[in-house]
Amino acid sequence: MDLTVNGKPVSAEVDIRTSLLDLLREHLDLPGTKKGCNQGACGACTVLVDGVRINSCLALAVQYQGRSITTVEGLADGDTLHPLQAAFIEHDGFQCGYCTPGQLCSAVGMADELARGVPSYVTDVLAADTLSLTHDELRERMSGNLCRCGAHNGIVAAIAATYGADRPAVSA
Amino acid sequence: MTPFTYFRADDTAGALRTGAGADARYLGGGTNLVDLMREGIERPRTLVDVTAVSTEIEDDADGGLVIGAGVTNTALASDRRVRTRYPLVARAILAGASAQIRNMATVGGNLLQRTRCTYFYDEAAACNKRVPGSGCDAREGFNRIHAILGASSACVATHPSDLCIALAALDAEVTVVGPDGERRIAFADLHLLPGETPERETSVRQGELIVAVHLPAPPVGRSAYRKVRDRASYAFALVSVAAVLDVGEDRVVRDVRLALGGVAHKPWRATRAEAMLRGRFADEAAFAAAAAAELADAAPLRDNGFKIELARRTIAAVLYELAGEAA
Ligand SMILES: Cc1cc2nc3c(=O)[nH]c(=O)nc-3n(C[C@H](O)[C@H](O)[C@H](O)COP(=O)(O)OP(=O)(O)OC[C@H]3O[C@@H](n4cnc5c(N)ncnc54)[C@H](O)[C@@H]3O)c2cc1C
Ligand code: SF4
Ligand code: FES
Ligand code: FES
Repeated sequence: MDLTVNGKPVSAEVDIRTSLLDLLREHLDLPGTKKGCNQGACGACTVLVDGVRINSCLALAVQYQGRSITTVEGLADGDTLHPLQAAFIEHDGFQCGYCTPGQLCSAVGMADELARGVPSYVTDVLAADTLSLTHDELRERMSGNLCRCGAHNGIVAAIAATYGADRPAVSA
Repeated sequence: MTPFTYFRADDTAGALRTGAGADARYLGGGTNLVDLMREGIERPRTLVDVTAVSTEIEDDADGGLVIGAGVTNTALASDRRVRTRYPLVARAILAGASAQIRNMATVGGNLLQRTRCTYFYDEAAACNKRVPGSGCDAREGFNRIHAILGASSACVATHPSDLCIALAALDAEVTVVGPDGERRIAFADLHLLPGETPERETSVRQGELIVAVHLPAPPVGRSAYRKVRDRASYAFALVSVAAVLDVGEDRVVRDVRLALGGVAHKPWRATRAEAMLRGRFADEAAFAAAAAAELADAAPLRDNGFKIELARRTIAAVLYELAGEAA
C-alpha cells in the first residue's frame, strides 16, 4: 500500500489486518508513535492524517492508503523543533515521555480544530465562529490523551504557551 | 483477527454489491468494529469501507437536515446549521468519546456501535448477545453500568451512544438501502429491546447500508443534553438526558421531548413523562412527578440501583433549568 508519511511517499507490503500504528512502528521504522492501550482510550498512538488527529491503533492501515500521515518524527523542521516541542521542554511537559508523541500530535491537531471552529463539550456559545483556548477548553480538548506520570500541569502549560487564549485568537 | 478482503466503496451501489453478503460488514471509522474484530467478537470475511459514501449534510425540503451516514462525528458537530439549529445534536456528540475518535467515527457507525458490557467483550464469559443461549454473566455479576429499563432475563446491556439519545428526542429517521431497495426507519424503531434475542440489536437487516439520518425541522423550545459519568470527560454515560422543552407565556408546557441514555438497551424515549407534562403547569413538582412516573417500572440489578435516583433527579433538574431559561 502507498501513502505519504512525514512528507515522503512510502509503500509497504503488509497483512491486511495491520493497524496504522503497527505499520508505522514495525514496518516503516517510525517507533516515535507509541502503543498504550491499543483500544482508543489513551491517545499515545495519536497521529495526524491530512492534518486531522486520530488514534492510529484503531485505524486499519489499508483505510489510509493515499493519505498524508504526520507522526511525531515529522513535526520538527529539520533540526529546528516545532514550537510546541520547544514549549514541552521549557515547561517540563513530560516525565517518562511515553505519552509525549501522542500529546504533541494531538495538540497540533487540536490547534487546527480550533482554527476551523470545531466546538467542544465546554464551548459556551455553540454558534460562535471564533474560539479561543481557555484553560477549560484546553483540558477538555486534550482529554483523549492520558498521562500516567501526572505530567499534566507541564503539558497544559506548554500547550497554553503555544496556542493559549492569551495568544492571538484564531477565527474560522 | 480473522483475515478479510477489503473493499473501498465509492457510492451506495458499489457498497451494496460487495456488502450484501452474509460475511460482510460495512466499515466506518472502525473505532468500534476494529476493536470487536481484534477481540474475535466480529469475524467478517469482507470489509466494505463506506467512509467515502454519503459524506454530505444537506438542507431538506421540510426545513430539516439530511445527514449522510459517512459524515464524521466531528463534521456533524461543527456544521454551522447543526450548531445553530440543532445544538442538542452537537452537544450530545461532543459529550462522547475523544476528539481523535470523533474525527474518525462516522454517523452510521455511531448508530450501530455495540454495547460496552464488559462480559460481551470477554470471550470467557457467558453472553447471550455474543453466543445466543449461553447465558448472561452480567445479570448476577458486575452490573453497575447496566440497564434499569426494558431489560430482559436474557440481556441487561445498555446502548452506549450519546448522539443516538439526541436523535431519539428529535424524532429523527434513518434511511437504509438494501438489496430490496430503500426504506425509512423511525428512530424509535431503529434499536430494539433485548427480549429473548439480544443478538438482534437493530431493525437494520444484514446487508443493509445506512445512508442518511433525517432531522425534521428543529422543534420549538430550549434544549439540553446532560451526561452523568464517572469522570468529567471521556467516559460512557451512566445516565444521560436529552430534552427539548417549550413553555408558553402562561408557564404551561406546550411541548416536551425527553430521551434517556445509559438506562436501556436502546435510546429510551420517555413517552410517559412527556404525556404527563404536556399541557401542565411547568413547575418543579410536575417535573419531579413526570420523572418518577417514567422510572416507576425501573428494575435495579445488584450494582446499578443508584441509576434510578440519578435518572429521576437528572430529568427533573434538566427540565427545571430549561423552564427557567424559557421564563
Ligand atoms: C475509548 C472510546 C470511548 C468512547 N466513548 C464514547 C462515548 O462517550 N459516547 C459515545 O456515544 N460513543 C463513544 N465511543 C464510541 C464511538 O462513538 C463509536 O465507536 C463510533 O461512533 C463508531 O463509529 P465508526 O464509524 O468508527 O464505526 P465502525 O466501528 O466503523 O462501525 C460500527 C458498526 O457500524 C456498522 N456500520 C458502520 N457504518 C455503517 C453504515 N453506513 N451502514 C450500516 N452499518 C454501518 C459497522 O458494520 C459496525 O457494525 C467511544 C469509543 C471508544 C473507542
Ligand atoms: S448484559 Fe447482554 S451483552 Fe452483557 S453479558 Fe448479558 S447478554 Fe451479554
Ligand atoms: S494506543 Fe491508541 S489510544 Fe491507546
Ligand atoms: S510523561 Fe509518562 S505517561 Fe506522560
